[in-house]
Amino acid sequence: MKFIPFSISAIVTILLVWALNKPWGSIPALGAFFSPQQGFWQNAESTDNPGSISINDPFIKGSVEVYLDDRLVPHVFAENESDLFFAQGYLHAKYRLWQMEFQTHAAGGRLSEILGPGKDSILLLNDRQMRRLGMVYGAKKALAEMEAEPKTKTTCDAYTAGVNAYIHSLSSANLPLEYKLLGYQPEEWTNLKTALFLKYMSYDLSGSENDFEFTNVKSVFDQHAFELLFPITRDSLDPIVAKGTPFDSAKVKVLMPVTADSLYFQWKPVVPETVSKPDQDNGSNNWAVAGTKTASGRPILCNDPHLSLNMPSLWFEIQLTCPQFSAYGASFPGAPCVIIGFNQNNAFGFTNAMRDVRDYYTVKFKDESRKEYWFNNSWQPSRITVDTFMIKGGGYYFDTVVYTNIGPVMYDQNFTGREKYRTNGSNYAVKWKAHEPSNELMLFYELDHSTNYSDYQSAIKYLSCPGQNCLFASKAGDIAVWQQAVFPAKWRRQGDFVMPGTDSSYFWQADIPQDENAHMVNPSRGYVSSANQLPVDTTYPYYIGGHHDLYRGKLINRKLEQMSSITIKDMQGLQNENENLFAETAMPVLLKNIDETQLTSSEKELFNIVKTWNKRNDPNEQGVAVFHSWFDSLETTIWSDEFAKVPQPYITPDESTLIEALIRDSAFQFIDDISTPEKETLAQQVLKAFKKAVPELMIAKKEGRLVWYKFKDSGIQHLTRVGPLSRLHLKTGGGVHVINATKQFHGPSWKMIVELTDKIRATGIYPGGQSGNPGSKFYDNFVDTWASGGYYDLWFMTKDEIKDKRILSTITFKK
Amino acid sequence: MKKFLVSLLLTVSLCFVAGLYLPWWSVAVIPFLIAYLIPQTAFKAFLTGFLSVFVLWFLIAFVLDSGNDHILSVKVATILPLKGSYLLLNLIGSFLGGLVAGLGALSGALLSKARG
Repeated sequence: MKFIPFSISAIVTILLVWALNKPWGSIPALGAFFSPQQGFWQNAESTDNPGSISINDPFIKGSVEVYLDDRLVPHVFAENESDLFFAQGYLHAKYRLWQMEFQTHAAGGRLSEILGPGKDSILLLNDRQMRRLGMVYGAKKALAEMEAEPKTKTTCDAYTAGVNAYIHSLSSANLPLEYKLLGYQPEEWTNLKTALFLKYMSYDLSGSENDFEFTNVKSVFDQHAFELLFPITRDSLDPIVAKGTPFDSAKVKVLMPVTADSLYFQWKPVVPETVSKPDQDNGSNNWAVAGTKTASGRPILCNDPHLSLNMPSLWFEIQLTCPQFSAYGASFPGAPCVIIGFNQNNAFGFTNAMRDVRDYYTVKFKDESRKEYWFNNSWQPSRITVDTFMIKGGGYYFDTVVYTNIGPVMYDQNFTGREKYRTNGSNYAVKWKAHEPSNELMLFYELDHSTNYSDYQSAIKYLSCPGQNCLFASKAGDIAVWQQAVFPAKWRRQGDFVMPGTDSSYFWQADIPQDENAHMVNPSRGYVSSANQLPVDTTYPYYIGGHHDLYRGKLINRKLEQMSSITIKDMQGLQNENENLFAETAMPVLLKNIDETQLTSSEKELFNIVKTWNKRNDPNEQGVAVFHSWFDSLETTIWSDEFAKVPQPYITPDESTLIEALIRDSAFQFIDDISTPEKETLAQQVLKAFKKAVPELMIAKKEGRLVWYKFKDSGIQHLTRVGPLSRLHLKTGGGVHVINATKQFHGPSWKMIVELTDKIRATGIYPGGQSGNPGSKFYDNFVDTWASGGYYDLWFMTKDEIKDKRILSTITFKK
Repeated sequence: MKKFLVSLLLTVSLCFVAGLYLPWWSVAVIPFLIAYLIPQTAFKAFLTGFLSVFVLWFLIAFVLDSGNDHILSVKVATILPLKGSYLLLNLIGSFLGGLVAGLGALSGALLSKARG
């Protein structure tokens, strides 16, 4: 009896400890979380400058000095390359470990392992999609290539050792905050993870296909209509390679299969809804001007890749210096080398080529077992694999994926994208250039080492997927752009729709020879540029395909043409340019066709805002919100009737297609609303579209949200989408079709300008901060400057500057 | 009074050292052992345990938070959601730590009493 009080007290204590020792839903285990010696308080970094530290590791052969400057950019000086990349791996992990692992988990289809299956299993579906797309399959092939080349093998081994040296130094107290919030532990880094990360970039940058969407559209429209709606080129195109540049005839010839009309173009199945694709605006701007156009007489290179903007940033600034080379720029936490940057001789940057390098094929299986598929008139054995998914909170999910000679069967009766959508259970295999062995890391490795144009030319040959516009400028005075990847040579419209997989004549027949890739080197006009537009005009001897922007590239070229005695400051102005060329094209058509007398007084108020708008997407303009809503509404008005019969998923024509059609022909056949007996005119539709856009705009106006920066509401989201770790509601201008491509959560992710004078001058910025720790003052310290269009000087440090007052502290690596 | 002070100081210092090496729930075990070895009334034992860890956790967090200019605590106090109040965040955490320690100490005192 006398033990009863003790027993009760002990039980209560144990229950409380138990309850505080386990996570409840999204609430982390509170005991450890709140313990100030182990939990999140340990991530509250002192705002004093970081102290100097020394790290001993048996991997190090010489010694490495790292100088951290006042923006926390490490300037790494090593005695050999292996030590250099070890240090880079260590530093990436020290500042960005959680993100590195999270992104490779996303690439490898393992998010449900750390986040759970998600609402309606959406995360599990995404994981399954990544595996079925063959991300791990492709990464393993890339890894084999990377490890077969001694240079990249040594680089990756050193990098991985550096990451792991940091991971091993961690205790539960100094784990990054996100591990504590989500309740898991980092695992060992491997070279495969680096390969997976690079494969993720291939995924993110090769979403320029709409095979299912187009197939569905084609099931409703005839060929004439389809060509009108989805033209291959545009009237006002200003391609990367200037119009009129002569091309030799194609070195490789491809043949359209004889059955194409009966089996391919006429073919009308309904295809499944796809889960998700990367943002179709994953584009970018880059340009380089020759010395003839600059004040210094030396080339200037500019680049701003447009990607999803996240905290922590995709980018990490670093300087890498060793006896073999010295480079500065933005690196990918997760991979060695500088990716977009410059070295002692050259500068280099990238934009997306937006080419279609991923095609889908229908597969015919002999029976339910799917052990054999029909190909070239015989049954062939398939390979069946079972993918295992661990689910947070316990349990596994097993997914059977069948591989044919095309690639993995991505969609089938077990996986149709969103589960609620039913299909006829067809099997669609995916063929993707990223499945083929390649060593993209070698591209960056060689660019970092490059001394001249011919080094650049051989470096870019390692880029096989994703297609990029590789920009180059050198101290020697060369400027160049090459659209590079291993592009399949396609017959016209090949792979725009889902293809029959039963017959090799539908396969990619050859690759475009590398020297026939679109390029421009030292043109007399004194500049090269790319902004995701079509690379060439229709005289190019190969079919291009893909999905391309029009207006940014046109405006960049127009501005560059007019500029002379260019300085870095001028280039900053151009990267921040908010002029809206699309609006300049579309507004006259809208204004010409609207009958103002039909507007009510409140409608008139909004109309006057857009009528007097200066066609610039500056943060405080109001007209831009009205214009975009009006044009979106016009698109709906024009397309929704004809597209009503098209099964999901589909896409409607580009804005540029519509406006060019209306300019060409005010009686464009799609203007009429086919669901009504009368025949509508363009004027009627323009008015109707405006009236439909008004209610939402009025609400925005009433709430004071009509000014562009509030209407657009840009922000940088944390990778987990947790609000307080994000930086939301930023005051930014720009937008789609604008050189300053800042949309809501997407935009210029690293803005860099390099002037190739003897001592290189460069400026750059990315929205974020060098530290991935939300408890660091370096977590988001670049964001406000970025939002206001500012830049930092990029300090290409030399060893005799070690006493410079910008240096906050040092990290030394020794044996 | 002497017992109370000795227990308090012992609990604070041992919990601090244990926190560097042992899991967080050492703040239940240590007060339990101390209250068992230095018997006090149940109430006083609870108070010793509670106060020791409440103060210990509060002070450590306070020092870290001040050195951090509340950069992190405001974010965590928005996630949790405590409207960004870093003080409330620290009080809640310290209270939880104190409660665990107090109950540990109470159990220790009650066991000591039961065993005579």
